This record gives sequence, C-alpha cells and structure tokens, in this order.
Amino acid sequence: MIALAILVFAIILLGVITLWKRRSPAVLREIPAFTRLVRSLGLSIEDGKRLHISLGHGNMMNGHGGSAFAGLALLRNVAERTSVSDMPSVASSGDPTLGLLTQDTLQAGYQAAGVEDAYVHTFGRVTGLTPFSYAAGAMHIAANENVSTTILIGNLGVEAGLITDAADRANVSLIGASDDLAGQSVLFASTQDALIGEELFAAGAYLNDDVVHAASLTVQDIFRWLIILGLVAGAGLKFIGVI
Amino acid sequence: MRILTAIIAIAVGLLILLGYFLPIATPIQVLLLDWAIIISAGAALVGIFNLVTVHADKVRRRAKDNVYSAMLVMGMIASFIFGLVLRPQHPLMQAIFLNGIIIPVEASLLAILTVTLIYAAIRLLRRRTDMMSIVFIVTASLIFLASATLPFGDMPILGTLVRPWVSQILALGGARGILIGVALGTLFTGLRVLFGVDRPYGGK
Repeated sequence: MIALAILVFAIILLGVITLWKRRSPAVLREIPAFTRLVRSLGLSIEDGKRLHISLGHGNMMNGHGGSAFAGLALLRNVAERTSVSDMPSVASSGDPTLGLLTQDTLQAGYQAAGVEDAYVHTFGRVTGLTPFSYAAGAMHIAANENVSTTILIGNLGVEAGLITDAADRANVSLIGASDDLAGQSVLFASTQDALIGEELFAAGAYLNDDVVHAASLTVQDIFRWLIILGLVAGAGLKFIGVI
Repeated sequence: MRILTAIIAIAVGLLILLGYFLPIATPIQVLLLDWAIIISAGAALVGIFNLVTVHADKVRRRAKDNVYSAMLVMGMIASFIFGLVLRPQHPLMQAIFLNGIIIPVEASLLAILTVTLIYAAIRLLRRRTDMMSIVFIVTASLIFLASATLPFGDMPILGTLVRPWVSQILALGGARGILIGVALGTLFTGLRVLFGVDRPYGGK
C-alpha cells in the first residue's frame, strides 16, 4: 500500500510540476558531458563523421529497462538531428528486444526529420547476445566505422572497458553513463566525461528542451530530498533509541 | 497506427502496474508478461537476423576487416546447422562450440579487460586532472593493495582497518546513494513511458 501511495504521489507531483514548468521554463545546472554531447552532434556533421550510440544490454523485463529507455530517449534526439548527415548515426545494443526498439526509435527520428527514405534498418544493430559478445561487436563499430564520438548509455557492466579502449585507440571521443555500479566506475576511469548515478536519466531534459523531462528532474530532486530527510531522521531516532 | 500503438502500450503498461497492487488484475498481468516473454524470444531471432544482415553486407561491400564478418557469418551458419541436426545439448556441440570456442573467447576478453582497466586507470590523470580522479586512483590503489594475499594474512592496518572502513562505510554509502538516484531515475523514466511522453515504440 505504501508503494501505491508513493506512486500516486509521484504521478500527482509530476503533473503539478509539469503544469508549473510550462509557465516558468526550467534552468538546468551544467553537466559537462551533455555540453560535450551537443557540441559533438554539430561537429560530427561538419567533419563528415558519425556518432555511435551504444545502449548496453538492458533487458525490458527487469529493472535495467529504465536505463535502456533513457538511452532510447537520447537516441531519438540524436537520430533526428543527424539523420540528414552524410554519415548517419549508428546504434548498437546487446539485447534483442532493445535492438527492436532501437530500430523503431531511429526510424521515428528519421520520420520526424522528414527523411524516412534515408533510414536503413542496419543503422540499429544487435551486436551480441551476451555482455562480452555485445562489447566485441560494439568495439568494432567504435574503431572501424569513421566514428567521431561514442556515447555509451544504458546498462553496461565492466565490458564497457573493452568498448572504451577500442574507441580510445581510434581517437574517438567518449561519453559514458551506466546504471550498473561496476560499469560506472569503469566509465569514470576511461571516458572524458562520465555521467554518475541519476545523471543518466537527465539526457532527455538536456537535449529535448521538453517540460515533462524537466519536471521529472525536479520531482526526482524533491524525492531525493525527502529520502535524505527520511534517512537522517531515521538514523537520529535510532541513535537516541526511539526506534 | 502511431496512436493505436501508443494506446496499446499505455494500456498494457497500466494493466501490468495495476497487477502489483490489485489482486484482481494479477491474472491479466501474468498473461501479459507471458506474452512479453514470447515476443522477446521472437525478438531474439530478429536480433540474430539483424546481426547476419549487417555482417553479410560488410562482406558484400568488402568493408574494412570483412574477414571477421565472414568468419562470424560462417560460424553462425555452422552452429545453426549443427545445432539443428545434433541439438544444443549434444556432447559434441558442448565440446566444440561452448567449451571450445565461446567460453575461451569470453575468458580471453575478460583477461584483455584486466589489462585495459589498469591502462585506463594509469591514463585517468592525463585525461582528467581533478580532485575526484585523484580520490578515485588513491582509493582504488589502497583497496587493491589491502586486498593482496600475503603469506602472513591481512596487511596490517591497511587490510584490517582501512579497507573495511573504506569499502563498508564510505563506498557502501556512496553506492547506496547512487543506487537510490538510479532507482528514482528509473521510476520517473517508467512513468514518462507509461504516459506516452517517451515513446520508444515509434511515432513523433
């Protein structure tokens, strides 16, 4: 019942804040990774190079689906912006269901840009069905397909190190975000700009300029403060022996 | 069509969510999840077809390193034919494809990863010289040093005091904080998908 109450509260708060944000646009703090990403989008088109977005192997049937959806939101935006380029973006994933959604998202981006005919289904690829086979396939794209920037976003574990190494050898810029703790530490050590924790889910708000995405960030902040207060209060009450 | 897919996706999402809170909706939730599992299995075949298409296209175009693509396609065809004839559980299939190729290749990749991660850690300060990078390197080195197996047991102070304190208090606290943030992000991403704001299943 508590879970239902939290969910209902979250939905109401999201609705209220979305309406409020429509009147006063959100001011987002600067995250270097997103600043670099926006720059990379423009530079890749000018340089005649492509972007490689690797969405990890998050399965839609478990808790890692959230990070996969966050990656797809970013892919949708990137696809729309780079679809008219001579070297269109390529997306890779390590889960078949995510692979289907990747292709659908890329196609939607091309439709939105009005160049649906330019879409080729091999722009969205399933490079392997296990973490390491996925990484082996994705590192090949990063190193051999005229890529300027590789964006790793989604559920990636330690195997992300193989992709970052291949990209690094080919002088490809890297932006990384994972919902996995081991993956985050690998990406922190091996990319120029790593997104830590929930920053992964902020991609939509930073790239789409959409009020619902911005509102969901604000509601996340409110929830975070409530959890902090709850943790501190709980620790204090435990310390003085009330609970 | 786009509106129809959105309506179906939102309705299915809401029914599955309701199944967690209302016992009356649980059978529908189970049924829909069963359908999702079947569709996932179908998606696996589509994924394999996609993999073959991409690599066959590379061979056809004589792209860079197309010899690896040719090997992949031939390997897939061979494992498909032998798997179909012998069945995947056959000892020959297990010996050649699983124990002979898949496991050694993945073990080798894991070994390469160890070297790669050490190299990445060494290069970290050249790539990004800031306080967090220094803390990262110092912490990793301390934990690595304190975890070393010595003939006389744990390393004094480092192994008995510093490592447990860093890993069980500082790192654990940080990890929980990150995971709470990830959980919140997942919750609100799920809500956006549920209400059709993010639509990864196509449409503007």
